[in-house]
Amino acid sequence: MKIPILAARRLGFGYGAKSVGRDVELEVRAGEVVCLLGPNGSGKTTLFKTVLGLLPAQAGEVFVDGVAMAQLTRPEIARRVAYVPQAHAAHFPFRVIDMVVMGRTAHLGLFAAPSDEDRRRALGALATLGIAELADIEYTRISGGQRQLALIARALAQDAPAIVMDEPTASLDFGNQVTVLGEVKRLAGHGLAVLLSTHDPDHAFSISNRVALLDAGRLVAQGPPHEVLTPARLQQVYGVTVAVERLSQGQTVCAPDFSGASS
Amino acid sequence: MVEGTGITRSRGAVLANMRLGVLGCLAMALVVLVVAAALIGAYPLSPGDIAQAFARKLAGASPQGQIDTVLFEVRLPRVFAAVIVGAALAAAGAAYQSLFRNPLVSPDILGVSTGAGLGAVIGIFLSLPVAGIQLTAFMMGLATVGLVYSIASVVHGREPVLVLVLAGVVVGALAGAAISLLKILADPYDQLPAIVFWLLGSLSAIRKAEVWGATPLVVVALVPLVLLRWRINVLSLGDEEAKALGVEAGRLRLLVIAAATLMTASVVAISGVIGWVGLVIPHIARMLVGPSFDRLLPAAMLLGGGYLLLVDTLARTMARIEVPIGILTAVIGAPFFLWLLARGREGWS
Repeated sequence: MKIPILAARRLGFGYGAKSVGRDVELEVRAGEVVCLLGPNGSGKTTLFKTVLGLLPAQAGEVFVDGVAMAQLTRPEIARRVAYVPQAHAAHFPFRVIDMVVMGRTAHLGLFAAPSDEDRRRALGALATLGIAELADIEYTRISGGQRQLALIARALAQDAPAIVMDEPTASLDFGNQVTVLGEVKRLAGHGLAVLLSTHDPDHAFSISNRVALLDAGRLVAQGPPHEVLTPARLQQVYGVTVAVERLSQGQTVCAPDFSGASS
Repeated sequence: MVEGTGITRSRGAVLANMRLGVLGCLAMALVVLVVAAALIGAYPLSPGDIAQAFARKLAGASPQGQIDTVLFEVRLPRVFAAVIVGAALAAAGAAYQSLFRNPLVSPDILGVSTGAGLGAVIGIFLSLPVAGIQLTAFMMGLATVGLVYSIASVVHGREPVLVLVLAGVVVGALAGAAISLLKILADPYDQLPAIVFWLLGSLSAIRKAEVWGATPLVVVALVPLVLLRWRINVLSLGDEEAKALGVEAGRLRLLVIAAATLMTASVVAISGVIGWVGLVIPHIARMLVGPSFDRLLPAAMLLGGGYLLLVDTLARTMARIEVPIGILTAVIGAPFFLWLLARGREGWS
């Protein structure tokens, strides 16, 4: 079996002395989408920051490409794992191509500026996501969905075997959510290891190979979506009653049950 | 797809050429301004006078008469001082704005100017030589920006931008109070006039030695800004994203802040507190060439140098008495900034 691209071993994480979670065992292999689900405050973001090396591990270790993260420098980490933040409003009106070419930073010398080759790769990443025509438009003028795609393009330009995405579908309209998820699935099909967080179990059903369910800083379950996201477990973690149904076309959906709620 | 990429590329190339063209125009405008400023003044010089004076200088002849004295001892040092002070303030402002991800910050708003001003006043109070004044100005400028930044990072407000600006105002006010105290304590016949005049911001008393003293410091501070021009773009995304992209954000940020502060302090030490240049000029530069720091830096420096030279030339020729330049930049800068605010956030977000 191949070594996982991204692995957390008995990982404890938190801010400073404050512990947010511990004993997390997580693996993402090439070509795999792993969805991290968990209620607000369960520690998803803190876990991601630790996996990306933005926060030091409080216990255990993170391995990227088989190497312990603690032994790697910042650029070495960035060449192994890319990060897609939530689509944010930029502070300065960089053109989309300028934004995407920043993904090349870890491959550049400290004093270097991107070369034509770097720009070509950035354009290639935009083309892969089907938004090459946005290259010269200011990042501040494109829609939220386009921004999210541009940030994914930046992660592609980073040329890392693993990508970590923090709620890539948050604050996107329904159509954009589907587009972004479709692209994520396609990228994994090309051999990338993808770890993403989401609040929507349907997203986990539609694109993930495995789901990790985080509750109060502990992984309560991990495995194929159908095994992890059962009505009983969703009830236990989120405290709501849901039905999980398979549609005739093959998709699985998760629908909350409001019959108990009466006014 | 290949075709689409080709079109995008040529459009990008056109845009890039346009922005290069803007830089060329700014450079030419600055040269024209420098020549004009050298001619105009209480003792008008003709282009012929200047050419002859330079010819004598180049031939190694000893300086003769009033023309040489006016040109080489008074006019040119002052022209050069205006350019370098304006360029340095604008460059520092552009760097602060990118680094703090906030188009509203500037050496004045962050309190750096007032802090450096306090340092310089301490220097004058202690009757230090120019180099000593520059050192105290730099130390206090750095201390101020450090204090402002730590206050802003300790106070977790909903609006980090607002906290940063307010912290700058507060620390600036404290430094201002300390300056007032020193004014009271200063020798009213010797030190006080020097402090007051200097605080107004003026280039009228500038000496050649001061210009030559400040210039190397500005150049030294410019080196990291030029070398790190690309990384500064990445830093402007915020520490977390910059780190995830492979940048040692903490160390680089400190280095760039130190460079911008050194730049501010070394010119504040010779010109006094000249406000608004570091705030308004980077805005205009960003509108002209975009936010990418490799273009923004030269554009801001050319614009800032030209702007301050224009204002200083007006200051020394407009009226019988010389108007302190700090007053003029505020009178021009404040309404201009209001106009920038009113026409929307174009040029930043």
